[in-house]
Amino acid sequence: MAQRRTVVDIAAGVSSGALSASAVLEENLAAIGSREKEIHAFNLVTAERARERAAQIDTDVKAGKKVGRLAGVTIALKDNMCTRGVETTCSSKILAGWKPPYDATVVRRLADEGAVFVGKTNLDEFAMGSSTENSAFGPTRNPLDTSRVPGGSSGGSAAAVAAGFAAASFGSDTGGSIRQPAALCGLVGVKPTYGTVSRQGLIAFGSSLDQIGPFSSTVADSALLMEVIAGHDPLDSTSIPQPAPSLLNVLDQGVKGMRIGRITDMPEGSSPDVLARLEAAFEALRGAGAQIVDVKMPSMSFGLTAYYLVAPAEASSNLARFDGVRYGLRVDAKDLNAMYGATRAAGFGDEVKRRIMLGTYALSAGYYDAYYGKALKVRRLIADDFAKAYESCDAILTPTSPTVAFKFGDKTSNPLAMYLCDVFTIPTNLAGHAAMSVPFGTGEAGLPVGVQVLAPALGEAPMFRVAAELERNA
Amino acid sequence: MPEAISRETVAKVARLARLDLTDAEIERMTSQLAGMLDHFRDVDALDLSNVEPMNQPIPLTNVLRDDVVAPSLDRDEVLASAPAAQDGRFRVPPIIGFEE
Repeated sequence: MAQRRTVVDIAAGVSSGALSASAVLEENLAAIGSREKEIHAFNLVTAERARERAAQIDTDVKAGKKVGRLAGVTIALKDNMCTRGVETTCSSKILAGWKPPYDATVVRRLADEGAVFVGKTNLDEFAMGSSTENSAFGPTRNPLDTSRVPGGSSGGSAAAVAAGFAAASFGSDTGGSIRQPAALCGLVGVKPTYGTVSRQGLIAFGSSLDQIGPFSSTVADSALLMEVIAGHDPLDSTSIPQPAPSLLNVLDQGVKGMRIGRITDMPEGSSPDVLARLEAAFEALRGAGAQIVDVKMPSMSFGLTAYYLVAPAEASSNLARFDGVRYGLRVDAKDLNAMYGATRAAGFGDEVKRRIMLGTYALSAGYYDAYYGKALKVRRLIADDFAKAYESCDAILTPTSPTVAFKFGDKTSNPLAMYLCDVFTIPTNLAGHAAMSVPFGTGEAGLPVGVQVLAPALGEAPMFRVAAELERNA
Repeated sequence: MPEAISRETVAKVARLARLDLTDAEIERMTSQLAGMLDHFRDVDALDLSNVEPMNQPIPLTNVLRDDVVAPSLDRDEVLASAPAAQDGRFRVPPIIGFEE
């Protein structure tokens, strides 16, 4: 495994002139050269653009120009974030070859701070999946054990950092798509509070659930990346009108006096190795002066059920825009309606079709109240459970994933088994809260286990305090 | 709760979603959707009678801006990535007149 540099070290080194951005990039490109064929983290590696960018940063540093907070930091972007003039596919045949005419807000903010983009990473098609096996361009392999999945849907972004292809990466999390692959690849992964990070230029899956967030090797790296990407964006009408939170300055505060929730009625099904690490995490926080308190989440186990109506309903509506008119694939036909049907049939994969069908059905006349309407009420119950729990605690710990990374094909034949991967991550998205996964030791077969830190809306600062404490004790 | 989903309903939903599914796909979707909808019966255990639906997580009011001209996307750049364009517009097949 290639030696991994941290974001914090690169940014400090490059801006002071002690480290060359080009040299950092070449290390990543060398790692890509030796392992990308086997891993398939990327849909596209933008090596030449990256080289030009890194050289420019080195020139600016030498000339004494001010460089940004991420000078020379190599970053991989999930291929559902728009990058101007650079192919953006969502790992779908329906968008293959499309070059967006604009950058996502997150992409622009990273570029403004001196980030060097290494490429666009593979995902489950339109971010629908938990293993990256649903990509139209083939699966991504877990760099820690290539017989296993990296998780999903942001599996390419997780694999890229784990394999040393980039110092950090970005994914999107609709029901766990950052946190679960972070756990399975031994990384830190953050799902910010809904509205904290702009969704402008993120190709929408579930608009009331989606958030962009970082993958990194350390908690401090994610804190720095969050400080750069978060904060109000007038181009996203769901963006919360306040500045990015300060997170780097809370990492050393410890957890003394903090109240950490343990869910006593947590959904079952986690494997013993994962539960053992969760217990160790509670012990570590107790040892550091936190108080562990019991909380109840009676509706938590219904989260999965509600999510698998809410997310497909929103997806069926969002994906209506892929109709062969403005971008991507078109299958010619005699009239407009026939062209729509033929294009969408040829362009979307199985899982995407399944969710469009489920969502369209759940929203259709006669079924709306029985399905979508009911799911929205369950969503409220989950938010209410959290609100009650946070009256007595500052953060909650759960497993991120019920198991360590699983083998290819283990869950592909049964959609419900795949959906269960996200049982602990989904409730956060439904409530719109903050959550992150922190690597905390290993389980079965020596594979990493992630512990999930949950915090209320805009609770990023306490969440990062807890995450930093876990990292010190991992 | 409505009864199990039928093949005819699945075919109708596919038309609504503008997805030309094959007979085999409709067959498979019918059983998979039935399975997922059956799973949803779990929530019948909950009393939802006095629960307000939650559409999205943060309390939002309309976001307005002043109506002033600002730069927008470059038309040629947008059309360059379209499947078909002509005279500065998206080109599409006939919309009416070809119904069978």
